[in-house]
Amino acid sequence: MATRAEALRPAEIVEQRLRGAGTSDWRSRIVEAALLLSLMISLGVLLVLLADIIITSFPVFASRPAEFLFSPLSARPATAGILQGLVGSLLLILFVVLLALPLGVGAAVYLEEYAHDSGLTRLIRTNIRNLAGVPAIVYGLLGLAVFVTLLGMGKILIAGGLTLAIVVLPIVVITASEALRAVPNSIREAAFGVGATRWETVRSHVLPYAAPGIFTGTILALARAFGETAPLLMVGAIAGTFSNTDPAEMLAGSYTALPTIVFDWSGKPQDEFRALTAAAIVVLLAVIMLVNAIAITLRNRYDRRW
Amino acid sequence: MTAVPLAASDLQIAAGRRRRERAVAFFFATAAVLSIAISVAIILSLLGNALTFFLNVDKSSLWTDGWFPRRGLFDIKTIVAGTLVISAVAMLVATPLGLGAGIYLSEYASPRIRRALKPIIEILASIPSVVLGFFALTWISPNVIQPLTDAPLSNMATAGIAVGVLITPLIASVSEDAMHAVPSYLREASYGLGARRRTTTLSVVVPAAVSGIVAALIIGVSRAIGETMIVAIAAGGTGGSLFEINPLEPGQTMTAAMTALAIGSDRVRGAEYTFESLFFVGFLLFVVTLTLNLMSDAFVRRVRRAY
Repeated sequence: MATRAEALRPAEIVEQRLRGAGTSDWRSRIVEAALLLSLMISLGVLLVLLADIIITSFPVFASRPAEFLFSPLSARPATAGILQGLVGSLLLILFVVLLALPLGVGAAVYLEEYAHDSGLTRLIRTNIRNLAGVPAIVYGLLGLAVFVTLLGMGKILIAGGLTLAIVVLPIVVITASEALRAVPNSIREAAFGVGATRWETVRSHVLPYAAPGIFTGTILALARAFGETAPLLMVGAIAGTFSNTDPAEMLAGSYTALPTIVFDWSGKPQDEFRALTAAAIVVLLAVIMLVNAIAITLRNRYDRRW
Repeated sequence: MTAVPLAASDLQIAAGRRRRERAVAFFFATAAVLSIAISVAIILSLLGNALTFFLNVDKSSLWTDGWFPRRGLFDIKTIVAGTLVISAVAMLVATPLGLGAGIYLSEYASPRIRRALKPIIEILASIPSVVLGFFALTWISPNVIQPLTDAPLSNMATAGIAVGVLITPLIASVSEDAMHAVPSYLREASYGLGARRRTTTLSVVVPAAVSGIVAALIIGVSRAIGETMIVAIAAGGTGGSLFEINPLEPGQTMTAAMTALAIGSDRVRGAEYTFESLFFVGFLLFVVTLTLNLMSDAFVRRVRRAY
């Protein structure tokens, strides 16, 4: 038999090798399994996290779902709710929408549509990339030094809203720039060719095509702002209990937000607060995932290949 | 019909249109320059208070046994050590998970699997850190750390693992982008020589994308150092901490120390310079993360120049 094997013609040897016979490739299988495993562990953590938090929150949603959502904060777990957190978070998001959206898209339009490749433009671009990497807590210090102290606003919601708008501004600029860059030049040339000015070209041609991309990036930035905690703690969102529930009063007075409540409650020693914290997290994650789902759907639907 | 000769004024832009054009351009330029104003404001607000702190505080209190601002003890090495320990644990978790996921998505997954898995990675990336902090304290510590060791509920290893989970999607997506940018002719050349997918991936694609992978890891470290809420909830440093480098003990990081100072758990009437110490720590954090981000940026640009 051995002599027979040695007598294989070269063509047969090549064929055997190509079929992979005799070279059991267990190393390749281990590598692929290890890579897949690392992906699966990440997904597993996500599932465990969601399951754990939903199960922990169950007592709250089973006994008093509406009361929990619409009752004010309280030190007594039996009556505590997240009303001020919902009101505060919505007002804060309003600031982000009104400030970060126009300013961020404006800066992106300037960089992509107006600016020449000058030293100043390059400086602005590098600067925005770096701002996006600055830890959020540092923006909190900026808000504390400028809005709360220097401008004398005190620890009010307006200061928090301004700070949060600055935190997400670089993200809005970066995503809006990408969306604008994806619009091909032929679209612009068509508008310039019929005598449109730059702004007319941008408004009627570039922005409509870039809108889905800009919108997706912006709502992801809003989701980020919705869960941001550290900068709000710096500029005085209350990590504790207060009675004020009126939105107008909150604007210029004591305020809190949903994630700040999660932070405060997670440090409370009573066991009942564990379920309450998990319930507040469920509300927080539900909003964030809904927003993400909208963004991903939008992107898939309007993803345009030129 | 007589032809009306076209005058130069007919081709000129109308005054109102020109005015609107200028106003709009001015708004856009202002919005862009605002980003520079923000950077300047950050640096000035940090530097001013940080200098006040540094010039007035008793220098010996910067190098003592622990970080206890209410007793006037601002031991810098305590919070730097805490930050490094937690970042190291986080990178031990996130480097294999993030790179593995990135390599799998870029080189092994079929387009259909990619489309299904990437949104899940994005959802993981969108989980707020305060949520991971709660998860660390109530699940990771009692179910992963405490059964194996006799660590207290709040410890640095727990916080480090949660920070690792937080930065895994970031490392995965940045490294995947880097490998995706490797041109397919390099892969085809490798397959043409008879190499397997494993060999092609590990010996051709990964080395070709190494700059981008390094950038992904650096940006991960930068994010881990700046991460606040997980550490504030789960590392157990509230109220100060002694110098500690054992991950199984509670510790204090730069960011958690800042949170404690800001919400006032460390502030006592009469304690000097606690407000300013907040900015001093913030300035250190800013300088470290900025340096790391600039390094990562340089590596990313190297990938772009290469292909």
